[in-house]
Amino acid sequence: MSSPILRLVAQRILLGIVLLFAVSVLIFAGTQILPGDVAQAILGQSATPEALANLREQLGLNDPAWLRYVHWLWGILHGNFGTAQSSGLDIASSISTRLTNTLFLAACAAIVAVPLAIILGLIAVRYRNGFVDKLISGLALASTSFPEFFIGYVLIFVFAVHWQIFPSISTVDDSTPFLERLQAVVLPATALTLVVLAHMMRMTRAAILNVMQSAYIETAELKGLKPFDIIRKHAFPNAIAPVVNVVMLNLAYLIVGVVVVEVIFVYPGMGQYLVDHVAKRDVPVVQAVGLIFAAVYITLNIVADIAAILANPRLRHPK
Amino acid sequence: MADTKANSGKLLDIRNLRIEATVYPPGEAPKTITLVHDVSLTLEKGKVLGLIGESGAGKSTIGLSSMAYGRGGVRITGGKVILNGRDILKAGAKGVRALRGREVCYVAQSAAAAFNPAHKLIDQVVEAAMLHGTATRAEAEKRAVALFKKLSLPNPETIGERYPHQVSGGQLQRVMTAMALCSEPDLIVFDEPTTALDVTTQIDVLAAIKDAIRDTHVAALYITHDLAVVAQVSDEIMVLRHGRLVEWGGTRQIIKEPRQEYTNALVSVHEIEHQEQQPGTTPFLSVKNVTAAYAGGHVKVLKNVSVDIFPGQTLAVVGESGSGKSTLARAITGLLPPEEGTVTFDGRPLANRLADRPKEDLRQLQMIYQMADVAMNPRQTVGTIIGRPLEFYFGMKGRERDKRVAELLDEIEMGKGFVDRYPAELSGGQKQRVCIARSLAAKPKLIICDEVTSALDPLVANGILKLLLNLQQVEKVAYLFITHDLATVKSIADSIAVMYRGEVVRYGPKSKVLTPPFDAYTDLLLSSVPEMEIGWLEKAIKGRRMESAGN
Repeated sequence: MSSPILRLVAQRILLGIVLLFAVSVLIFAGTQILPGDVAQAILGQSATPEALANLREQLGLNDPAWLRYVHWLWGILHGNFGTAQSSGLDIASSISTRLTNTLFLAACAAIVAVPLAIILGLIAVRYRNGFVDKLISGLALASTSFPEFFIGYVLIFVFAVHWQIFPSISTVDDSTPFLERLQAVVLPATALTLVVLAHMMRMTRAAILNVMQSAYIETAELKGLKPFDIIRKHAFPNAIAPVVNVVMLNLAYLIVGVVVVEVIFVYPGMGQYLVDHVAKRDVPVVQAVGLIFAAVYITLNIVADIAAILANPRLRHPK
Repeated sequence: MADTKANSGKLLDIRNLRIEATVYPPGEAPKTITLVHDVSLTLEKGKVLGLIGESGAGKSTIGLSSMAYGRGGVRITGGKVILNGRDILKAGAKGVRALRGREVCYVAQSAAAAFNPAHKLIDQVVEAAMLHGTATRAEAEKRAVALFKKLSLPNPETIGERYPHQVSGGQLQRVMTAMALCSEPDLIVFDEPTTALDVTTQIDVLAAIKDAIRDTHVAALYITHDLAVVAQVSDEIMVLRHGRLVEWGGTRQIIKEPRQEYTNALVSVHEIEHQEQQPGTTPFLSVKNVTAAYAGGHVKVLKNVSVDIFPGQTLAVVGESGSGKSTLARAITGLLPPEEGTVTFDGRPLANRLADRPKEDLRQLQMIYQMADVAMNPRQTVGTIIGRPLEFYFGMKGRERDKRVAELLDEIEMGKGFVDRYPAELSGGQKQRVCIARSLAAKPKLIICDEVTSALDPLVANGILKLLLNLQQVEKVAYLFITHDLATVKSIADSIAVMYRGEVVRYGPKSKVLTPPFDAYTDLLLSSVPEMEIGWLEKAIKGRRMESAGN
């Protein structure tokens, strides 16, 4: 590894950290702008002014905003997200099980969706503008166009109600064995796969078609390579950067955008946790979840950037 | 096909080849045009046939038909292509794949674009041989290294481990030749393999290709627009024009006793008589001790360069790519502000930076570029393009402007009918003429011509040079003519500056610069220009005093 590439990677990572701090300021500021404060939320509409004043004193709400931000951030940097107002539970420990569940579901969906999307994209290029291409594109676009809840309920109707192969409610807890856990997420993971498939497939197709115009594709054709080998060996390696970018965007969606699917299947993940606590106006939880979602987005985008840098032979092997 | 079996000495026998394509002209219905009209040719084993002609002559299209390949939407619609005794047009997709990369291999014009940037060179070189099972990986690699050696590539053992961008253009072209030879084919199609290279590099690659053809006994179709180049490598030459055969004969006959008028025009194309003008007493533009650099001063591309340009005269700047020719133009125009030194114009210094120059100074210096088609807005008509400087510098409008545009079109020998055309509807030569008219519209004292004829066919380029010389007589404009082509220099220059690695190594009136004794670099440049003479290549290689920079 040479120095220019290390510098580029370090630059991206540093930029990501700066971005994360900026987001933390935004999240904190956003929750400050909301009417009412934590004390009011805890005591409710009928609280007496004295009780409110006491609680504010107790929670340190009379401190200036920047000081409270520093306290909050200091806590987070030490793994302390505070306690949820509604339940009094430690946020960090509730989130850790929820996050594990969400990551498990996202991983299951990604393991199927990413290779499937790329392979379908390659096949679509191989038979471009023909029947197979149109069929793949049509089905993928149709599955994306249906709302998630619709796909979710259709899956429940077919697989849980009609055939009764998979459970309609994907409740899991710490004691659920792995195989049962897997069985529980089959339907939500399928719904997610159908939602993210088309985007990645279409992007793979477009990126490779772009590369197919290059002179080196003609060289490969004139060597007598089979059409699919040309796409796989000569076109795909040069289309990695745009494909990785769109894959990472979709992975981020699988983690932070699963609210609807989690609610439909009653899956105890981050999305459901967030929705519950937004309803209860539990500001510390909303802040913590928001920050984690932002971190996921930023991290995956950094990974995409770095992958694109590493995929470029000019950067990997300088003169 | 009993007759083909009988002629077993014939490797390739193309009969009445007809190739068509569908074009989609803007605003019209698609139509089918014929690119190649019933061309026939035969090639014996181990022989080299040169295909020569201008762009659009169908030479690449014919060359690729020997691999049953049609580039873009091109279709082979008639005739037979008999390779090793069978008609490959009837071979089917699988049969065609079996012969590509095994019986016939292809060497492209731009090796830099034809190599996949994502893979190591060696992987690409041995790919075809392994695919067709003519060698194991180890055997193919051994063969590749031997070929690298034969093609005199540096570090033949390890150069394959490099990626395409890590190797120079001339070396890449030789690696591509090695790639074609690696599967030990019967026929190689060379498609302008040296056109994109500097003259000094071209001669190396040409010699390497010629040796390789001789030692491996492979047959070749050598496609080029440069008759002098093809005369060095071919046994026979076929002259093509507009997809039709013009003349086919032995190399000596074609270059010494051409029978067709068109062939004769190609053979004598370079000769323009240009009487050198004596330098005046005071130059109107002086470049004094200019040093310029890229990357914040780290890469010095101009070192202490001084040249003078006299009114109405032409200064030619010659050198290989990377010698700083275009950078000199950028320094003069202010696109790249010099770090040291000055550019004086009419006795006063010009501002270093483009942004600091008044409009009047901008008007006096105009530019014409190599790629005429990307130097024009594709969505503007010729009238708008030429009229723009008239509006911008002189505030001309309406009828006055249109009248001047018509005059300018007249000067570049294009009629009024072109005013409403778009660049896409013009030929390469016409586009360059429009660019010339646009620069003339500003009534400048100096036009900087950056390789303006390099992308054009010889006959068209010749027309452009003649036009530029005529315009100089009429408009009294001076040219700074940047080129790597010494034949062009001889035709147009009054004085010459030879550049090498950012420095002017030889400078003076044309007659002095082109008269011996030469410095080593000028000698190399001059001796590298292909001459239309059989055996020139061997003589030139023998007489060399220094290695070319591209090696």
